[in-house]
Amino acid sequence: MPQRDPEQPAKHALGPEHSPHSPLSIHDLTVAYDRRPVLWDVDLDVPSGKLVTVVGPNGAGKSTLLKAALGLVPKASGRIRVFGKSMKQQRSQVAYVPQRESVDWDFPISALDVVTMGRYGVLGWCRPVRRRQKEEALVALDRVGMADMAARQISQLSGGQQQRVFLARALAQDAQLFLMDEPLASVDAATEEAIIEVLRALRTEGRTVVVVHHDLQTVPDYFDHAILLNMRVVANGPVEEVFTPEALRQTYGGQLTILSEASERLARRSRVEHP
Amino acid sequence: MTWQLYDTWVVITGALCAMACALPGAQLVLRRRSMMGDAISHVVLPGVAIAFLVTASNDPYVMLVGAVIIGVLTTLLIDLVQRAGKTEVGASMGIVFTALFALGLVLIRKAADDVHIDPHVVIYGSIELSYLDQIRLLGWEVPRGAVVNGAALLANGVLFLLFHKELKITAFDESLAASMGFRPRLVQGVLMAMTAATAVAAFETVGSILVVAMIIIPGAAAWLLTDRYGHMLLWTLLIAALSALLGHVAALIVPGWIGFEGMSTSGSMAVMAGVLFVVAWACAPQHGLIVRFHRRVLLSRRIAMEDILGLLYRYEEEAKQDAAALTVADVREALSVSHVMAALALRGVRGAKQVQFQTGGVRLTEDGRVAAQALVRTHRLWERFLWERLGLRADHIHDTADRLEHFTSEEMAQELAQLDDAGEDPHGRPIPPAGE
Repeated sequence: MPQRDPEQPAKHALGPEHSPHSPLSIHDLTVAYDRRPVLWDVDLDVPSGKLVTVVGPNGAGKSTLLKAALGLVPKASGRIRVFGKSMKQQRSQVAYVPQRESVDWDFPISALDVVTMGRYGVLGWCRPVRRRQKEEALVALDRVGMADMAARQISQLSGGQQQRVFLARALAQDAQLFLMDEPLASVDAATEEAIIEVLRALRTEGRTVVVVHHDLQTVPDYFDHAILLNMRVVANGPVEEVFTPEALRQTYGGQLTILSEASERLARRSRVEHP
Repeated sequence: MTWQLYDTWVVITGALCAMACALPGAQLVLRRRSMMGDAISHVVLPGVAIAFLVTASNDPYVMLVGAVIIGVLTTLLIDLVQRAGKTEVGASMGIVFTALFALGLVLIRKAADDVHIDPHVVIYGSIELSYLDQIRLLGWEVPRGAVVNGAALLANGVLFLLFHKELKITAFDESLAASMGFRPRLVQGVLMAMTAATAVAAFETVGSILVVAMIIIPGAAAWLLTDRYGHMLLWTLLIAALSALLGHVAALIVPGWIGFEGMSTSGSMAVMAGVLFVVAWACAPQHGLIVRFHRRVLLSRRIAMEDILGLLYRYEEEAKQDAAALTVADVREALSVSHVMAALALRGVRGAKQVQFQTGGVRLTEDGRVAAQALVRTHRLWERFLWERLGLRADHIHDTADRLEHFTSEEMAQELAQLDDAGEDPHGRPIPPAGE
């Protein structure tokens, strides 16, 4: 992994003070797997009511950032605040969309069952699912255009449809902050459009959406705010300010010629082959 | 051999035990952790032995607590070995539970010198003898094995009802569950403790073979039969109970057939669970063998039926006005399918009133002619498409069109109709008009 010169301060890397109103503020977060740091001293505030993307090369710690924010992986150090309080106190305010590959799609449940799980958190321990939760789930499925697939077993859905089911589940959580891990990975064009439309609707409703994304081409079209991550925060700010050739080169270790898709692919491949 | 009260109790005890084991087992199967059930049921032995050596008491509750503790410890140990030793999960299970099981055998030898714990019984069980050991329950004389396993089933059933949604969400999506505060590791720990406790309850009466079989097989079979979580749990219980019943019946009957003295009932129950798994695999509604075979036969028959219609239509088209009709033998010969399939297809087209069998031959009915015309139309449109659009040679396209005509949807047919303007196929034969 390319190391940045620590002497050179990155643009927008550190917010001056953490705002108590930020949907997600991360203070000095360090995460290590097997003593190998994955995130180093990450410090940032996510702006409220924006579509925020987290981009960076493979292994930059993008997924880990979301998981650490949710408390799913142990932190070496750092503090997470959600709307000024701890994650534990704010669980009902946060919806999470894990990577599609993280679950077993042969699991014997229907699309509606998966979406209904979005209501489990509100129900809490031991309270059974009632018709009301199913109805709320159906509304969420309808919002992503999947209402007529409600009864399908989930392995019978296409990849794009599975991703929409995951999005519907997050909608069912009715949260203020959405953390989504690669919701646009390997989906068809129609699904991508449908998902982006839902994300924009969430923004209109004043909710904050943080999306781990892999396609640099579409970042300016889809997102307001970008966090460039490569173990550390390289840049963090409005897309038009931080999406500069210099910052991207820093993030991707100089292997990337800006906005040249061919070289991006090449960079990705060389990183896979020589991690 | 006559059925006696004794047999009824053996089946009840076996069924209660099987259902008690199968319930947590179904969850393990869903979590792709079936072998964890195997591991747990093996480490119950050292658990019981250690509990005895530490407390010098053979109170069943002490044994239960010892087994549950070591069961949970085992899952933690497996995790630890997997992470620290960088082994895959199967290997770390193998390392941990075989070592602990062997330790259990060593310890139980020591314990067995002091008190009567028979390793033989622990492994093979003695469900046949469970009837003799009776206790009073609500004024009834009931075999202790039935009460113990019944209690385990009841406890598991209550936990599964109470934590239905927690078990479901932590099995399906651990990270979402954790983000909602559902503590997946705690739930998994409880599940492992349940499995261990159930295994202890079951060991004495039925032995470890049945425990391992019942933890894994009913759940795995049930998963084949349904794609709903709740239904899967019900099927699991049914298959478990059925294996116990069939197992005991088989233990009574089969030895007579093959000249054995007698058969272990718990072994036979485990075998029956395996048999039921095979039945489930064959009969599974979506991907089962029978369903797949049936689908294939139906498809072949449909194609053969369509071929018959096409054949008769083309014959009518070419033959002179009052030429003799084709005979059944002609049709059979022209269809290059097996005799059975040809007979099925002929019966099919007759049943659908598309052809009639008259003296002298087989003829299309009005309905049959409409269907045949549509088929031949599709065939010739495909030929045109292959020739005109894909540039294939006219003498190479018949076979391809022959296959395509059977799989042409309405929409495809409409698209193809654009090629209709020429009115004939590449061989110069007319493309029949579309029916209404």
